[in-house]
Amino acid sequence: MSAANTLPTSWRERLFGTPTVTVVTLLLAALLAWIAVPIIRWALIDATWSGQTRNDCTGSGACWVFIKARFGQFMYGFYPVDERWRPNLAGILFALSGAAIILAPKRLKLSLGLAALVILPPLGIWLLAGGFGLRAIETREWGGLMLTVFLSIYASLIAIPLGILLALGRQSELKVIKLISVLFIEFWRGVPIIAVIFLASLLLPLIMPSGIGVDRLARAVIGLGFCIAAYMAEAVRGGLQALPKGQREAGTALGLSYWKATWFIILPQALRISLPAITNEFIALVKNTTLVLVVSILDLLGIAQASLADPNWVGMNMEAYVFSGALYWLICFALSRWSKSLETKRGR
Amino acid sequence: MSKALAFINDKRVRDVFYQAALLIGLAALLVYFIRNASQNMVQAGIASGFDFLWRTSGIEVPFVLTNYTQSDNILSLFWAGVANTLLVTAIALVLATALGFLIGIARLSSIWLVQAIAGAYVEFVRNIPLLFFVLFWYFGVIAALPAPRASLSVFGVAFLNNRGLTIPLPDAGANFKYAFIAIAISCLLHWLFLRWAKRRKEQTGQDAPVLRVGLVLLLLVPVLALAWATLATRWDIPVLRGFNYRGGFVVIPEFVALLAALVTYTAGFIAEIVRGGIQSVPHGQIEASSALGLRPGQTLRLVTIPQALRVMTPPMTNQYLNVLKNSSFGAAIAYPDVVSLFMGSALNNTGQAIEIIAMTLAVYLVIGLAVSAFMNWYNARIALVTR
Repeated sequence: MSAANTLPTSWRERLFGTPTVTVVTLLLAALLAWIAVPIIRWALIDATWSGQTRNDCTGSGACWVFIKARFGQFMYGFYPVDERWRPNLAGILFALSGAAIILAPKRLKLSLGLAALVILPPLGIWLLAGGFGLRAIETREWGGLMLTVFLSIYASLIAIPLGILLALGRQSELKVIKLISVLFIEFWRGVPIIAVIFLASLLLPLIMPSGIGVDRLARAVIGLGFCIAAYMAEAVRGGLQALPKGQREAGTALGLSYWKATWFIILPQALRISLPAITNEFIALVKNTTLVLVVSILDLLGIAQASLADPNWVGMNMEAYVFSGALYWLICFALSRWSKSLETKRGR
Repeated sequence: MSKALAFINDKRVRDVFYQAALLIGLAALLVYFIRNASQNMVQAGIASGFDFLWRTSGIEVPFVLTNYTQSDNILSLFWAGVANTLLVTAIALVLATALGFLIGIARLSSIWLVQAIAGAYVEFVRNIPLLFFVLFWYFGVIAALPAPRASLSVFGVAFLNNRGLTIPLPDAGANFKYAFIAIAISCLLHWLFLRWAKRRKEQTGQDAPVLRVGLVLLLLVPVLALAWATLATRWDIPVLRGFNYRGGFVVIPEFVALLAALVTYTAGFIAEIVRGGIQSVPHGQIEASSALGLRPGQTLRLVTIPQALRVMTPPMTNQYLNVLKNSSFGAAIAYPDVVSLFMGSALNNTGQAIEIIAMTLAVYLVIGLAVSAFMNWYNARIALVTR
């Protein structure tokens, strides 16, 4: 039991180095085959790939026809088919501006990023919800993967700025501001997110003046945003604490105000350090968006769950779960790999 | 600028001003929300206050540990929910820790395939939402289990089917009470023995047979006591009658699904903590300890584990609190925990949103604060003493 567990480099050594290793490898390989072969047969070999209805699925394997028939719903929920170019366009715009910010020369990055932050969120909501020349589509009709992405992005638009402010507040020398930040962070971190989503959907309409309704989806975004903000604050705090105290003192000595020192000296360094932690919190957020199911908002997992009730497609539980689970896994795995590569880049 | 206004450039004055402004702003917002809420509640005809707790609940709960029945008041419903939350949390903690340690140590195995399988498990589990696991176990696995007639039998005493897990129940608990008293006494004896052995070692340098005595007191005595209690008690073993099992205790499928989901998911995170903890012990420590002549077992017990535990304790505490909070995912499959019973059913019946939400959140906050306080104390105790 040691820290340096170096494995032999050659595959023959790795798998069959000593008699004990050989026996364990063979036993485990047999076990793996025993588990994996039926799964592969079900998912690939015996599966039905082409057809239109439930009746086309005669084999003993998976019925991927079901996923094909419902693919649009898994992606967009009940969003009207003719208008699906709108979420697509919004997605492309977000992706393009993200790429532009990453590829832009260093001195343009900040201004581009701020411009995107001001323009994109309202534009995205306009494209999705409609009005002002576009057909209005109620949030009730949104769903599927599109909604998962929407919830993740818009909740983090609340969570990241609020989280940074809270982290700064927690480090502040001003006692009252520190206390408020600590109370806020510890409260939201201490309660289950599922309860927060219930809370947001029940309390937000109650505390608004009568007559002002809060959209169901907006309640979920606000609830998730507040809760994740507390976790984000802890991620940012790690970066703030890693900075030597001299950084802020040097800023003050140069005559910079608190906010100027924070903006030009502290945050650029602290956020770079805490970017992997922030990404990890974002992954947690993507996973937690599934909880909107409890207030009957149908994100990707919700649509998969709802599709089980279709009388035309009885018994498709496994297909629906495998498809939605694989999508979640791909998204989160890609994000976590990105976060890991950031960490190793910084480590060098 | 005139001298009279110079004080506005004083940093202390400004600090007080900013903080006062923030406080007043927050207070004003709070007052505004409370006024709106009370107006809205008057309009909707909802009374405020905690009187509703003494009303009859009328809510049927399929799985209770307390003596709650439908005719009890809403406060008893609350406690029934809390008990269910704590039950699933406690069992999930133990099982997830065991599975997590196993996988974490497997990730450090010197056998490549063992390492690879453990690594694949961790990568698989950590990148999928917990709610997915809950729904998958409930609608995908448990629902696909055979009907009671074709139950999967566990040694002929427990039966797993799509209506849950039927387990035998002791007719009387007296024997188990004696067994637990015996175990408690043996733990106390072990503690006293350790203190005595430590003092003797410090005074005379002589080793006491700590391991052997520990095995007897902490393993043999409990196993014997429990075995005796199990054999001496008459058990109510479930029997198939008609379409379902009679006798025994039925663990509802929601519990089984939630427990399975919590354990499989959390184990992936605990495995990473265990791996990180063990890897954090510098190799030089182990080399130094063998240079001092300690045997591998002693090195593990006296050098590696104490240092790894110190690194592992804070993230483990976090994980344990996560399990408590995540037990509320049961609300998605109607496991009667405090969120789904109290924030769901009771709130629907009474409409008293604010009181019920406050009470539910208080459960988690109180437990969380208590655990954090205890862990801070524990951390301070085991912290490295540096000069």
